[in-house]
Order: sequence, then C-alpha cells, then structure tokens
Amino acid sequence: MKRYTIPRLGTKLLLPLILLFALYVQFHGDYGPGGGFQAGVIFGAGFILYALIYGLDHAHRLMPLWLLRIGISLGVLIYASVGLVGLLLGGNYLDYGVLDHHDPAHGQHLGILLVELGVGITVSAVMVTIFYAFAGRGR
Amino acid sequence: MAAIRLRDLFAVVMLFGIYSLVSASLFVILDAVDVAFTEASVGAGVSTVFMLGTLALTTSREKTPTAHKPLLPLLVVTITGLALVYGTWDIPPYGDPANPIHHHLVQRFIEDSPQEIGIPNVVTSVLASYRGYDTLGETTVVFTAAIGVLVLVGGARRRRSRKDEPK
Repeated sequence: MKRYTIPRLGTKLLLPLILLFALYVQFHGDYGPGGGFQAGVIFGAGFILYALIYGLDHAHRLMPLWLLRIGISLGVLIYASVGLVGLLLGGNYLDYGVLDHHDPAHGQHLGILLVELGVGITVSAVMVTIFYAFAGRGR
Repeated sequence: MAAIRLRDLFAVVMLFGIYSLVSASLFVILDAVDVAFTEASVGAGVSTVFMLGTLALTTSREKTPTAHKPLLPLLVVTITGLALVYGTWDIPPYGDPANPIHHHLVQRFIEDSPQEIGIPNVVTSVLASYRGYDTLGETTVVFTAAIGVLVLVGGARRRRSRKDEPK
C-alpha cells in the first residue's frame, strides 16, 4: 500500500479527523449519542487504518505493543478503582454520588466520565491489539 | 440468502458489512442512535477488517462440504423456527404505549435521571451508572477476549521466530 499516493495522502488528511472525532464521541457521550465503547472502536480504527496504509512496522513505532498491553489492563483498572474509591468514601461499589461532597449529581458526572474513559482505553487498545495479532501472523 | 449461497468468502464478508450498515440505518430510524453508532463502527467497520485479516491468514474460498443427508438438519431447523414463531405471538405489539416496558423502569429513569445524574443522555446514565456493574462486566469480557486472542494468535509468532533463530 505504501506505493499508492492517493490512499496515503487521504489517510494523512483523515487520520487527525478520525482521532478527533473519537475524542469528541468519548467526552461528549454525556450529551449526545456515543460513549466509551464507540469512541474506543473509532480510535482503534484510526490506528488500524494507519497500519493498513503505512505498514505494520510504522504502526508499531507509533503505537508499540507494550503500550497496548498496558492500555488493555489500565482501562479495566480505572473502571474498577472508580468503584473502589466510591466504596472508600462511604458509598456502595460503583456508586458515583459520593465522589463529590456537595452535589451527588456532580459526583455522578465525574464517575461516568472516568468510567467511560476506562472503557474507551480498554476497547481501543483491544481493537489495535487484535489487529496487530492478525496482521503480524500472516508475515 | 446470497451470503449462504456464495462460495467466495471475500464477497460474503463484504455482504455482512453492508448488512451491518443497513441495520445501523434501521436503528437510526427506530431512534436508537447509540445502538446504531455501535453497529456502524463495530459491525460495518472493525469486524469487517478483522474478517478480512482472517481471510488473509486462511483462504478466501469456502471448502465444499462432503455430501450428507439434509433431512435431519432441515427437521431441527423447522421445529426451532416454528417454536420461535410460536413465541412471537406473546410479544406485545410494537409501539403500543401500554407495553410493560414503558411502565416500570423506563418511566423512573426518564423522570428521575436529570435530578440524580444530571446528564442529558439517559442512555449514558443508564449504561454507566444505573447499570454500572453490567458495563464493568462487559469491559472485562472485552479484556478477556483480547487476552484470548493474544494467547491463540499473538503468541505463535514469537514461538516461530525462536525456532528460526538456530538456523
């Protein structure tokens, strides 16, 4: 794919937009459609597109495997520890209302944001990892 | 139907992608934008790429199965289908405001979620807060799936390269 100019330039144009759109879906999920899962898939798809066009070696340099492995577990860890923090602050597990002393709704807001971030990190890392595994096997 | 008849798996994968995209637009029509989003990005986007990756590893032609008697499978499929159709008789009509789904939890979520959570998108607040355990479970499933793929597919490369080293 490296020899074709139009896909390469198209990728260069599209990639920042895809990643930006993924971040928008991630952090705007409270207000519009979307959330961590969809954002993670879009974010991962951006890297998969890069790997398809520029080759697996460039993609490995951009998003190394060790970082992905950390990402896979980090997302679940963030999610679970948000629940634990709620437990420590005197609420139930995964009850975000206690995260803010003044207004439970603010706590809920913060909790949902963090939890969705965890989901997004895990899902995007998983998508790219699976793609690397399949693409690397064929060589 | 075409997906079953076709022997060229490349075309089958493409058909599945188109099918996902069409069902995504169907979800938009049904006002389920969040589901449509997921279907479009996962079903039509990423899973098509994964299927193509699998085809690149294996082969893009389906092996023609050896001849077998179609009678028993046909019987099983017919009975299962009849049972499913029998089950649909009890489903309440679509869009009826008297349906049970509109009366218990949904009403409470829609009325109380602005005060309790303060987020305009009720889908997000249900998914991440009211049903937080469920979503934690889903994330763990994705996590486990990735580990499974790494064990099955990702580890093999390392073993092969180690075998190559002594040469």
